[in-house]
Amino acid sequence: MIMANFVSNLFRSNKKLTVDEFIVKKTIVSFFFLFVFFGACIWSWKWIRHQPVDPGIRGGVQRPLRNVLNTNEAIFSKILSNHHLAKTYPASEVVKNVRPNGNIGMGNDFDPANWKMYVIKKSGDTLTLTLDDLKKLPKTDIIFNFKCIEGWNQVTRWAGVRFSDFIKAYGLNEEASMKYLGLMTPDEAYYVGIDMASALHPQTILCYELNGQPLPIKEGFPLRLIIPVKYGIKHLKRIGTMYFANNRPPDYWAERGYDYYSGL
Amino acid sequence: MKKIVKKHPLAIRWFHWINFPVLGVMIWSGLLIYWANDVYKVGFGDKTLVKFFPQSFYDIFHIPFRLAEGMAYHFVFMWLFFFNGILYVLYTIFSGEWRYLLPNKRSWREAWLVLLHDLHIRKTKPPQDKYNAAQRIAYSAIIIMGIGSILTGLGIYKPIQLGWLIAIFGGYKMTRIIHFALTIGYVLFFLIHIIQVIFAGWNNFRAMVTGFEVVKIKEEPLPLEPSPMPIAVEVSATPISVETSDAEDGRKQNDEDSVEVPESQ
Repeated sequence: MIMANFVSNLFRSNKKLTVDEFIVKKTIVSFFFLFVFFGACIWSWKWIRHQPVDPGIRGGVQRPLRNVLNTNEAIFSKILSNHHLAKTYPASEVVKNVRPNGNIGMGNDFDPANWKMYVIKKSGDTLTLTLDDLKKLPKTDIIFNFKCIEGWNQVTRWAGVRFSDFIKAYGLNEEASMKYLGLMTPDEAYYVGIDMASALHPQTILCYELNGQPLPIKEGFPLRLIIPVKYGIKHLKRIGTMYFANNRPPDYWAERGYDYYSGL
Repeated sequence: MKKIVKKHPLAIRWFHWINFPVLGVMIWSGLLIYWANDVYKVGFGDKTLVKFFPQSFYDIFHIPFRLAEGMAYHFVFMWLFFFNGILYVLYTIFSGEWRYLLPNKRSWREAWLVLLHDLHIRKTKPPQDKYNAAQRIAYSAIIIMGIGSILTGLGIYKPIQLGWLIAIFGGYKMTRIIHFALTIGYVLFFLIHIIQVIFAGWNNFRAMVTGFEVVKIKEEPLPLEPSPMPIAVEVSATPISVETSDAEDGRKQNDEDSVEVPESQ
């Protein structure tokens, strides 16, 4: 009876409560809200984890997360500028052992001697290029801190044709005005998509030399991409096909849940 | 006789409780990321004292091979961590709560006394405002750590576009180490925090949920002069009176606990 009285009193306005009743009421109400909050957290968590993971360009990770990653890209791609260059280092800081990482798209049924790069133009025509064609263009050398998405980094030295020089030399201005650059290995097992602003960044090169020597097979001989403003996953080795698009080209690691942009 | 003393404003309670799960997700997703290149250890010479982390630790928490997932969560929840932290700091500045939070001249010496007291070496209780000296230092440090996590995190996230930030922290590698070390700091803070909350007891814990503490006072008229504890002057904003059919005087004599709480305003 006393208990029932006490409980019914709690429903009165605070002004009419005793101190004890007020303490009990406020405690119950506050803890109720705390538990509701924790419940909401758990519910939101489960909701996110049960959202569809669609494979493909936007996929590899639950949709709400992918949407935020794309929003992050919209925000942080604004600070990408050709004036923000990756820090370069003196030759003395270059590591001795360059770490090759990943061999997807690097199958053995590959004849380096007959390699050609196919550039699919906007018109649909294909431009076929040899390594010698590329070596005729001005050479750009860079020593920078290569960053792997796994978390390690190495100061390494690369050389080749600056991508923007290549675009100019072959009159691909119309292609370069599209939104994305797509690259594929000859066996099409590995593929990346890169926003054009990053591709045209002055430190992005079509690379054929490591430490002044032709690229080792493991590092993507005869030609690979070096794009310091991206994590290593975008530095496609053994370029087979280059194409341009206004929609996101398929991207191997984005399909496996990584950020499509992966810009640094 | 009990008195209700306001302690934590509603906003601060929310910032506190929101930060708890958000920081939890940040640390968990950070571990998923760290696993992909788990090179940190503490030791001297060839001797390793602590390796971050032993395989058993990874196995218990299902850490391995979840880098992409970790990065996705990390770069989503970073916004919640950032906005909650920013709002907390702004609130603390503009509400004047910083007065109870920032260490003052006496705090450094008093914090030592708090430590001795908590370790049962010294009997006399050090002065306890809303926060004692050790709490002031710890809670202010955690804000600086939070700012450090956000800045180092931003630097690691965009090391080229924000190259100057990386430079301030001593390069890419060092920035990553600081970011990691700060996280270890949070975990240590959390452990000590939990222990202290348990020792401090229910009244203190409840205050972080309800906002008030219950103080027992002697059956004497409340002091007219301002209390030495500025926070304690303000009692419940809602005037609480007792509704009873008894005459006011009679009730006061009969019921010790249910006493009218005087208004402060």
